[in-house]
Amino acid sequence: MRFKKELDFVHLSKFFYIFSIAITVAGLVFLATFGLNYSVDFKAGSNVDVALSKSITLAQLQPALDEAGIGHDPTITIGDQRVNIRYDEELDDTQSETLKAAITKIDDQASFEVNTVDTEMAKELARNAIYSVLLSSIGIIIYVSIRFEWRFALASIVALLHDAFMVVAVFSIFRLEVDITFIVAVLTIIGYSINDTIVIFDRIRENLRFGKQRSYEDLKALVNKSVSQTLMRSLYTAFTVFIAAFFLLIMGGESIKMFSLAMVIGLLFGAYSSIFIASPLWLLLKKRQKTPVKSNPAKA
Amino acid sequence: MLSFIITVVVLTGVMGFTTPGLLDKVRLGLDLKGGFEILYHAEPMDTGGTLTRASLQKTAESLEKRANALGTSEPEVTTEGTDRIRLKIAGVTDEAEVRKKMKEPAVLTFRSAADGDAPGVFSKIELVGSDFVEGAADVQRDNLNRPEISISIKDKDKFAEITERLLGKQLAIYLDETLLSDPPYVRAVLTDGKASISGGYTLDEAREIADTINLGALPLKLTEKYSQSVGATLGKQSLDQTVRAGIVGSLIILVFMMFMYRLPGVLASFALILHTWLLILVFVIADFTLTLPGIAAFILGIGMAVDANIITNERIREEMRSGKSILSSVKAGNKTSFRTVMDANVTTIIVAAVMFAFGTGAVKGFALILIVEIVLSIVTNLYFAHWLLTVLVKAGALKKPKQFGVKESDISAL
Repeated sequence: MRFKKELDFVHLSKFFYIFSIAITVAGLVFLATFGLNYSVDFKAGSNVDVALSKSITLAQLQPALDEAGIGHDPTITIGDQRVNIRYDEELDDTQSETLKAAITKIDDQASFEVNTVDTEMAKELARNAIYSVLLSSIGIIIYVSIRFEWRFALASIVALLHDAFMVVAVFSIFRLEVDITFIVAVLTIIGYSINDTIVIFDRIRENLRFGKQRSYEDLKALVNKSVSQTLMRSLYTAFTVFIAAFFLLIMGGESIKMFSLAMVIGLLFGAYSSIFIASPLWLLLKKRQKTPVKSNPAKA
Repeated sequence: MLSFIITVVVLTGVMGFTTPGLLDKVRLGLDLKGGFEILYHAEPMDTGGTLTRASLQKTAESLEKRANALGTSEPEVTTEGTDRIRLKIAGVTDEAEVRKKMKEPAVLTFRSAADGDAPGVFSKIELVGSDFVEGAADVQRDNLNRPEISISIKDKDKFAEITERLLGKQLAIYLDETLLSDPPYVRAVLTDGKASISGGYTLDEAREIADTINLGALPLKLTEKYSQSVGATLGKQSLDQTVRAGIVGSLIILVFMMFMYRLPGVLASFALILHTWLLILVFVIADFTLTLPGIAAFILGIGMAVDANIITNERIREEMRSGKSILSSVKAGNKTSFRTVMDANVTTIIVAAVMFAFGTGAVKGFALILIVEIVLSIVTNLYFAHWLLTVLVKAGALKKPKQFGVKESDISAL
């Protein structure tokens, strides 16, 4: 399983830049017009998850909800032996107890998960998450600038923000629900993405030490060589982490479905961006460096 | 070679023997065992009052005592920031009742023994929290430098009447239904509304009582900011499903490693299993709570730990293809991959540390697991796996490039 002929990743990346920019634009348009489909974690309200011993229909459930007499109309999603009821207003404890009692009458095996959030809390969670991403980026810039050089730092930050944004964009475009675990997923993706990118950059750094790269063509060949040397590792690692996330998605608990989905999407983008975005971007930055190109820009 | 066999046999034995017991000891989060979690926002009952660190702490303690009194198992009450209290309770049958009880403000009372009370029982309420001047209770030292608590009562005449009536008798201090310390005796009739309570307290005890009186004088109002309640069946279901998903995913990863990298792949798999076992051990020893996002971090971490092994083995193969001998390929592969993996892991730790510092609840737990996992991964998948491989190669157990999954035809002449 080796590529005998080296692919021209730098050349290919031009098409992938277009692809990424297109998704970014689409994502921005969707975010601006529709925003994200926030779960109760981010939007004031209550979310009631019920596991039942049998599957029920909306017609069977509705009388119980009417009986509970909680005014506002909830959004109801019925699944296999499962019902999700979502209120846009917060239920107080008396209301949630009434609701539980009413549903227990239909099915005495029913088991509940009730989540209620205040808007203020939700905004705080979101704010913390954004700060986390920005602060992590600064931390990474400092570390990578010290260990490598600033061009690597900049390119890796672009790649990780790209990956994080791609997941947000996909969730916005397909109206997938964003909850607190989504934040965890995006932060993990960032961790994975930087991990993946650094391994390739490490190889570029290593190859830079051998021989002088006098022209842009030399540098380009070096990037292509480095990417293809680490390609199998990138693919294998992406595959194993993908397997872990994929099985969580198809077999894991209901409440981490969205987490796993975000992870699966993010991992694919993470592997892709390390190969086609980060390394060519570094080359682009390096090209602008004033002549002559030095052979040893960073000492480890 | 002997050290290799001993290490593997002993570790396998220890892991096999301890794992079932360890798994039982892992503390499960509410989302996995059922229960409820509430985040309260605390503010003083009176709008003019101020919220102090001490009153928040006291309120949290009083919540914990109430939860214990209601017979719940292991309630966890923690303060967060300057004005929040997080409460976690598992195994509650009547959730509504518990929630109602929790929200009631803490009640401070000074009581005397009524006629007919058995010794040590105090049922007549003499003073309630609102009788005290807010924030006036303090700790000072008497002439003999012993700590004592000074208090101030709003209604001087009422206090004078009480001290006159109870002269020589005991006045007991209660928070809710809990008696605080030995009931002090009334030594004098006090007409200026001020008193000091002494009774051989240590400084900490005195501080505790003063804080409690201040809390009673100005109880905190608790509002639910966030609540999560999970039924026990639902929690169990999530646990089972997620663990099953993890086992299937991990097995596929192990099979993949052994298939791709042959004997070194088997060593890598052994290191991965050791890594997982150590992680569970850390959970039990540090008494971490395992939550659903925690399991997710756990499983993803395994996926990422594999990366260290993949990088090493790919590198070794590369060195071999360039024509180096097996021993020098392994040495060079271990050395270069070590630096690569360290750089990659340190950057990931930076991300996790930021999450830990800024996150709350689930995010914090997830970040912590990720950090622990990366550190363990460095130990097992770098140091330990590299060592195993080197020992085997030196002992001559690995002689052919084929055993590393490298074709002879791919090796270029040096």
